[in-house]
Parts: sequence; structure tokens; C-alpha cells
Amino acid sequence: MTVLDTAKGSWPERGDAFTLEQTWSDPPGLLGWFSAVNHKTIAVRFMVTTFIFFLLGGLLALAIRLQLALPNGKVLGPDLYNQVFTMHGSTMMFLFAVPVMQAVATYLVPLMIGARSVAFPRMNAFAWWIFTMGGAMLYLAFFLDIGPDAGWFAYVPLAGPDYSPGKRVDFWAQMITFTELSGLMEAIVLITTILKMRAPGMTLNRMPLFVWTILVTNVMVLFAMPAVMLASTALITDRLVDTQFYNPAKGGDALLWQHLFWFFGHPEVYMIFIPPLGFMSSIIATFSRRPVVGYAAMVLALIGTAFLAFGLWVHHMFATNLPELGKAFFTAASLMIAIPTSVQIFCWISTLWTGRIDFKTPLLFVLAFFVILLLGGLTGLMLASVPLDYQLHDTYFVVAHLHYVLLGGAVFPLFGAFYYWFPKFTGRLLGERLGRWNFWLFFIGFNLAFFPMHVLGLQGMPRRVYTYPAEMDWADLNLLATAGALTIGLSVLLFVVNVVRSLRHGAAAGDNPWGAGTLEWSVSSPPPMANFERVPVVHGRFPLWQDAAQPAHVTGLASGYREVLITSVADAKLDHRLWLPGSTPWPFLAAVATTILFVGSIFTPWAVVWGAVPVAIATTAWFWPKREMTGRRVDSELLP
Amino acid sequence: MSAPPGGQEARDPHRFGRLVEDGRVLDVSTLPTFAFGHRSPMWWGTMGLVLIEGTVFALAIMAYFYLRSHAERWPMSGMPPALFWGTVNTGVMLASAVPNHFAKRAAERLDLAKVRLWLVVCMLFSFAFLAVRALEFGALNTRWDTDAYGSAVWMLMGLHTTHLVTDAFDSGVLTVLMFTGPLEGKRYVDVSENAAYWYFVVLSWLPIYAVIYWGARF
Amino acid sequence: MSLHAYALTAPLQDALRPAGIQAVHLGNLWNLTLGLCGLVFAAVLGACLYALWRAPRGDAGTAPDLRSLAQPERRVWRAIAWATAASTLGLLGLLAADVWTSRALARLPLADAVNIELTGHQWWWEARYLDADPAREFMTANELHIPVGRPVLVTLRADDVIHTLWIPNLQGKKDMIPGRTATITLRADRAGSYRGQCAEFCGVEHALMALLVEAEPNAAYEAWAARQREAAPAPRDALAQRGRAVFVNGNCARCHTVAGTDAQGRMGPDLSHLASRRTIGAGMFPNKRGHLAGWIADPQSLKPGVYMPPNALAPDDLQALLAYLETLK
Repeated sequence: MTVLDTAKGSWPERGDAFTLEQTWSDPPGLLGWFSAVNHKTIAVRFMVTTFIFFLLGGLLALAIRLQLALPNGKVLGPDLYNQVFTMHGSTMMFLFAVPVMQAVATYLVPLMIGARSVAFPRMNAFAWWIFTMGGAMLYLAFFLDIGPDAGWFAYVPLAGPDYSPGKRVDFWAQMITFTELSGLMEAIVLITTILKMRAPGMTLNRMPLFVWTILVTNVMVLFAMPAVMLASTALITDRLVDTQFYNPAKGGDALLWQHLFWFFGHPEVYMIFIPPLGFMSSIIATFSRRPVVGYAAMVLALIGTAFLAFGLWVHHMFATNLPELGKAFFTAASLMIAIPTSVQIFCWISTLWTGRIDFKTPLLFVLAFFVILLLGGLTGLMLASVPLDYQLHDTYFVVAHLHYVLLGGAVFPLFGAFYYWFPKFTGRLLGERLGRWNFWLFFIGFNLAFFPMHVLGLQGMPRRVYTYPAEMDWADLNLLATAGALTIGLSVLLFVVNVVRSLRHGAAAGDNPWGAGTLEWSVSSPPPMANFERVPVVHGRFPLWQDAAQPAHVTGLASGYREVLITSVADAKLDHRLWLPGSTPWPFLAAVATTILFVGSIFTPWAVVWGAVPVAIATTAWFWPKREMTGRRVDSELLP
Repeated sequence: MSAPPGGQEARDPHRFGRLVEDGRVLDVSTLPTFAFGHRSPMWWGTMGLVLIEGTVFALAIMAYFYLRSHAERWPMSGMPPALFWGTVNTGVMLASAVPNHFAKRAAERLDLAKVRLWLVVCMLFSFAFLAVRALEFGALNTRWDTDAYGSAVWMLMGLHTTHLVTDAFDSGVLTVLMFTGPLEGKRYVDVSENAAYWYFVVLSWLPIYAVIYWGARF
Repeated sequence: MSLHAYALTAPLQDALRPAGIQAVHLGNLWNLTLGLCGLVFAAVLGACLYALWRAPRGDAGTAPDLRSLAQPERRVWRAIAWATAASTLGLLGLLAADVWTSRALARLPLADAVNIELTGHQWWWEARYLDADPAREFMTANELHIPVGRPVLVTLRADDVIHTLWIPNLQGKKDMIPGRTATITLRADRAGSYRGQCAEFCGVEHALMALLVEAEPNAAYEAWAARQREAAPAPRDALAQRGRAVFVNGNCARCHTVAGTDAQGRMGPDLSHLASRRTIGAGMFPNKRGHLAGWIADPQSLKPGVYMPPNALAPDDLQALLAYLETLK
């Protein structure tokens, strides 16, 4: 941060883009790398880290498919196979699917709402550090052959102390603690940013639909993630200090785990699904050259989906001996949640119907949703039926369903989002031709891999089996599925090639290569470190499409320090200014201390006690204000 | 939002900014540099934490009753927790809301002397409720590993105690800071938000107290 | 480790080939739901493709159409409302069909039912055929015989981890949860061999936990049950008698029961009528001498992680043991 002379009450607006850039940049060097808190820097790291986990999860999937390609496969023995499928599920669900959405959001949301930063930049950085350390811990355990092997859902009593001895499941359970802590902190960051830092004039009614999806998703996070944290904490204590939560012999209940886990687990898949609905809306609007039909209906559909998502969890437990009448209620809710999603689909199709279509790669990935997610949603209706679920539960039919909804509903739109916003992040366009190859290989490979699994499930193949006998006639479809999986792998490889090549030789993107209408496209590609040289004043939903209105932008925010504008919740009226903290290594150091506490408590409960000391020191140092900085702020203070 | 086209001089620039350059630009340099309550992002952060932790408590209480619904006898073995220390501590915590309230009010008036005074009183209360909490653990009449009932009781106690400890610690840090400095307006917002968290820790104890101490008596 | 077929026809494990009334109900619901969902898929995807086909093209330079920001698009909204209403009706229809099927499953008449208590273990199935007269109860493992046309009431338990019984040709699945008791009803309406498999991940050898269900005419079933109730006759030839001594005095008796002998172990499957079963190892191998010998000598090499330890027996002892086991019809 540069030192500037101050005059009480205001900082002179130098219009000084250079000063602004200096102020908001990350410091250089190694210490600087550990001290960075600019939201875009952290978001890029977060996106890269989650993508690495995606690749690792994909490699694990290929290992599974190679083992299952032929009957009596010998590629992986049962113990290793069980670790591999546990790691695949855990990686994709905890280390990729939710965090990547938060990562993309922490990059884009401030830009879309006309803000210079997220609300709590240091906590945002901490959330990435703690996530990365937790994921690293899990993979370290796996590479040391003490990886978890009880499934990504770790049902007790199998995952309990009696049937999973050693530390394998403890690593899994503590990974949950790491990732849920990260997710919860990111939720607080994103909710506060969206509610309090929108540019003046961006009422809730003018917020991009993508920002709505992030708001809705992160409110869900606040209520859903605590359930799995409580469940996994109780599992750790059962395993470490002999609590009896899940031990039927001492009054515990195996289904307590399932209730707590799925109370989280079902909203979790909607937390994965809802942000991509925002990608869909952004991309469809731009490539149909019109706003999405039915803004209010779209927002209400999101809110309705989020609410209903909390009322479905028992549909994962239909095969248990819960009362039939109760199960029927959850069938009704599971069917009902299709209604808001249908409304969204109808609104998007109407948008395409009445628009002028530009068939670029981002749109192709988004259009795949209308095949893949649609099919997955319909198989979801099948699974929602209690009697049908009695045949389909825990078979390859469910494997097909979940991949159709997760890839069709989240991963394909996510790839569309990468193709769409990559130019904004990097200043270069991804290759369009390679993009089409990427898309078609992915689309074809996906359907080859997963459609046969519907049939396999109906033909009797259960889930989580490391092999199957030749006589079951499952071999042909399994081989086809493996071929599809390899095709997917090839398409992802093409994506990586496209990224690497485009980073070096891609066509220059300019500010707004797609002719889009929202605020992130009003700044350079990549954006300046402060996002906006001049914070905009917003008068409509599509500031770049609609006619300019007065006032057009804000002045009076300092360029010499990280000053942001705080506005009111509903109508984004001016409220006050805030000086955000700059670069600091304390989020990193606090994450290290927290990691020591968490990893230590896998081995001894006393780690909670002695591990709390470095955490307390780190968080206090993080908080403790600096005299010089405080002095300058007092000089420029204006009381409320 | 911004002031209307005419009559902007009549509007308070401290709240609405000023239109300059013929209404083309909105000057925000007259806005305050900090604010209290729900105007502050810190308030929203605190509320987010309250929602999260409240959900954890609610789910833990539900788990307690879920396990109870499957039990023939409750407690599964032994007696319910002894009432004395738990009830005393409930009184201490409720009483601590008083200095907490005054500390919050003083902070919002930027009254440093009173903030210091009431924060110190809060810390005395926190020493008291932590000490009594230690006594409570000894009077639960069950261990965490006896059975699922004991595990549920200890989990509820453990979750709440974690909050008592962190609340005491961060209030302690704030108290020291208010004496040593460096101080600025934002620190008063921190005191105010810390008070909100303190309220949460006290109020969330009430249902937990009811469940732990009385839940096995009905 | 390999899995081999059974001597005769491969048993069925297929939800799409129902052989009993419960599976028929489920199959009908499947067909109805598949039809309805198929129609919806075609309609929605068709609308999307049509929209893409008919819409004019544009690019980044095309001026965006902002009319919807100024005026509501009532025609479009009406179309969406109709589509949503139709979807809701469809969902209600599915709900009705689901509830109807649930009730049909619950209404299987249970007069003259065969009562079986099935307990899931890591990685085998323990069956106790119940009877009003306790003297007529008997135990078996990994292979059930049931009469065609008579209902079967299965009580489901587990002592270690969660397992799930699933015999797709006959019925949907039900979890076997430690600390809880569940029941499931089914009826085979066609004779045949049906294969079931554990459908809840239960540990390292979850994949190799199959159950064979032989549905046969009532007379054949009753004959089988009568043989199961009696202990196998004592062996007559010296080799088999020696084999019995190996069994009872050695490690086998610690875990296995053979009715009528001193071998009363409960940790592993009841072997009183081992020779009457078609497979060993919970559906892994045909019950033939060679496979059985390999299994006894070193089950770990065939099904790693199974709780049965290797048994280093002298070759003569092994032959005697096999001869004895073959008498347990």
C-alpha cells in the first residue's frame, strides 16, 4: 500500500489507475504469495486446486472402469478397489463439486455486482488454505495405503470402530471437518458480499440470476453443512474416545448416521446443482441475445428448490425399515421439487425459442444440460418412487442417475462456464475448434459410459462391487461403459491442452468478446486488481445492454488504500465506506495451526486442547490491528 | 439510491452522497467510514456464524431426542444430571447479559471508558461461568462412553462449552485491545458484534440446559 | 479369485424378468413410469431442439432484444404456465401410481406362509426356517428353497454391519440393520433358480455375497425341508468317519455346526447339509470337490478378507474330510 497525504474526511480521487492497481495487488515474492488476499488471486488458486482434484477423481474413475471392464477383473484387488471408489466419491463430492462453485463465485460475484472485493478477504483466503490442506491430508493418507475405504458416505457400523479399525475412516471424517469449515466460511463471505457490497442501484431485483444462485446456495450451506459436521464429529468420537452414538448395543442407532448424513447429503447435491443453473442463465442470455424469460419466476424457482431440497433426505433411506407412510411423504416432496426445475427449463427453452442463437462452445456445453440433466431428472422421478426404489436402490441404475444429474446438471454447465469466462480471467479466448472436439467427445463419451448403467442396474448389478461373475451377462455393457469413460478422459485431456495452448497463443479476448450484458464484461480482461477503476452505478439488469443513465459511476473512494463501498441489503442504497485489510500471512498461518489441531485430533483427543493454543495465537495475530494503519484510519474517519 | 434529479442539496450527503459533474457522478467521500448493527458486514458475518452454530445445536438436540425415542429407559443407566451447578451457571450466564448489554450500548456511543469498564465486568462473569462449567461436567452423572445417552449429553455440553471458551477468549482479546489500543471506530463495531455473539452463547444455552438437565426428567 | 457358474442353468438376477407377484407389481410400475418419463423426455428435448432449429442466428455483435425488460411477455408466460401445469399433473399421476403399488405390495396374502429369519453376516447369509413347533426349525446358509405359489415372510437381521437382501426376480430390496428387525414378503410364481446379492456395501468382500433361491413345487420343497430338519445320517465308511473326526476335533468345529455331532460353532455357516447346496462361498463356486478342497485349504486366496482362516491339513486328512462333507446331504 502506498502512503498518501490525507485530508480529513476524504481522499482525493486521483483517477489514478496506477495507484489503484498498486493498492489492490498482491505483494511479490514468496512471502507475498503466502500473504495474498485479493479475491481473484485466491479464486484462481481455488479453481486450479479443485480442478486438480477433479483430474485425480477422474483418474480414480478410470481405475474403477478398468477393473470393471471385464468380469473377474484383476486390475485392482478388493481392498484397493474399495479405497479407490471411496476416494473417487469423496474427491468429487467434497473436494471438487461444491468448492469449485464457490471458487468461481468468489471470482465473479464482486465483478458482477460492481464491487472491488469480497466482504472478508482474509477469511476467503483462509477458506482456500484450509480446503487445500484438508484435501492434501486425504490424498497423503491414500498414497500411504491408509486411505478410507468405507465409501464416500461411510455408513456405520461398517465405518465405526469395530469394523473399520485403524485410522482410515478417521482421515475421511477429518477431511469432512476441513472441507466443511472451508465451505461454511466461504458461505459467510459470499452471502455478506452479495447483500452488502452491491454497487449503488443494483437492487435485488436487478441482480444477475447467477448472483441469486450463489446467494441461495450459500444460505443452504449454512443449514446443511452443520449436519455432516455433527455426524462426522460423532463418528470421530465413537472411534477415538468410545462414544456410543452409532452402536446399537449401547443405545446408539445406525440410522442416526444416515439421517444426519443425508440431511446434509441431499441439500449438498442441490448446492452442487444450483450455481450451474446460474451459469446456464448467464450463458443462455448472452448467446440468445436477450434476457432470460421470467426473471421473477426464475428467482422464485431457485428459492423453492432450495427449500424443498431440505425435505427430501429420507429418499436415500427407502430400503430401511422406516414407516411406509413417512416414506410416501418424501416421495411427494421428491416429485414436487421437479416443478421449480421444470419452470426453469421452460424459461430457458422459451429464451432460446425467442432469441437469436450464437452457437459458441459455451452454449454447446449448456445445451447438453437439456439432454443429460433432463434424463437424469426423469430417472430421479423413478427413484423417488418407494416401490421402484426397492428395485433400483444401490444398483448401477443409481450410479447412472447420479452421474447424469451431476455431470449434466453441474459439470457440463461448468465447462461451459470455463469456456465463457476464461477470456475474462486470462485475456485470451479458448480455441473454438478444440472446444467443439472437447464438447462432442465429452458428450458422446459420457452417454456411452453411463447410459448402459441404467440397464445394468435393472439387470441386477449392485453398486460398489469390485468385480462380477462372467455368467451374469453384464460384461458387454461394462466394457462399453469403460470405453465411454476413456473417451471422457480423452475429452478432458483435450480441455487441458486447449487451456495450456490458449494461455500462450489464444486470441486476445478484449473486454467483452461475447457481447454480454453484465458488469464483469465492462472491465478489462483480465480485470484490474481493483476490479473497477470507477465503481459503477447500476440502473438495470443488463448495464452493458441497456442505455447508459446518470449518474454513471461513483467517485470519492480512495485509491491509496483498499476502500470499498457498503450499500443496503434490498435496494443497494449508499450506506458507508469500509477500509478492507490488505495482504497478510496470518490466514495461511492460522490454517497451518488449524491443520495441526485437526490432524492431531485424529490420533489423540488431547490435540483439541494443545492444538487450540497455536490457533488462538494465529487468530489473535490475524485480528490484532497495527498501530500505524490504525492511526491513518483514525485520521480519515467519518463517524456514522 | 442516489439523490433525485432536483433538490439534491437538501439531501444529507452523509447518507446519500453528492451528485457532482452535472449529475453524472456520485461522490461518496462524505459517507461514514464505519457503521453499527445490520449496516455493518461484520454483523452479517456474526449472524452467519449464529445460524451455523444454532443449526448444530438444533441438530444435536434432535439427535438427543431421536436416541431417546429408541430407548426403553432414559437415562439408559444411572440418574439424570444433578441440577445445582447447571442451574447456577444458567443464572450466571443470564446475569452476564447485563454487562454485555451495557458494553454494547457504550460501544455504540463510542464511550471508551464505559466500554472498558463493562468489558472487564463481562470478563469476570466469563471466569465465573467457565469455572462453574467445569463443576457441571463433574455432576452430569454419566460418562461420554457409558451409552448413547451419555454421549449425547456430553456432546451437547462439549459443543456449548466450546462456545463459552471461544467467547471468553475473543472477549478477552477485545478487552485487552480496548486498553492497549490501537483503537479506531471499527473496534467499537467489533465490541458491538462481540456482544451479539455473547447473547447467542447465553441464549443458546437455555434450550440446551433444558434438554440436558430436564430432558431426562420427563 | 474367480467366480464360476453353477452346474445347470445360470440363475437369474434381473428385475426385468419378474418371477413372482411382488416383482410383477414393481415391473408394471416400471413400465408405466418409463413410458411417462419417455414421453416427457421426448417432448421437452423436442421443444428445445425445435427452438434451436427455428431461431434466427446471431453473434456478439447482434443487438440484444430488451423488449422483455419493458413489457411482460404474456404469451410466453402462458405457455410456461401450461407446461408447468401439465408437468404437475404428470407428477401427481406418478405419485398415485407409486402409492397404489406400495399398497399392492403390502397386501400379499400371508396364509400358509413359509417363515424364514435371515441374518446377514460379513459375507454370507444365515437362514433359520421358523416353525410354530420349535423342534421343526432348521438352519442353513447361502441357499434358500421356497415353494412356488406360497408366500414367504422373511425377517431380516444383521449382527455386524448393514447388509441388504435383494432378489430382483422376486421382490425389491430391504436393509438388514444391526439393532433393528425388518420384514419382507415375497412369493415365487414360477419355478427356477434365482440369484440374490447383498446390495449394501458391507466391507471388503461385499461383491462376493450372493444368495441362491431355489423355487420349486411345494412337494419338492417339503421334501427338501424334511431332509434339512433331520441331521445327516452318520457316515458308514471309514474314510468319512475319519473325516468327521477331523471336522469335530479340528478347527472346523470352532466356527461351524453340523447337526447331530459335537460341532456346534456359530461363527460361520451351518454345514449340516452342505452337500445339498449347489454353491460354496456364498455363491462363489460350484459345490464340487476340487473347489471345496481349495476353499478349505486357503479361503484367503480366493476371497481375501473373509473370516475363515487357511487350514493346513495333511492330504489324507483333507481327503477324509471331503469324503465326510459329501455325506452331509
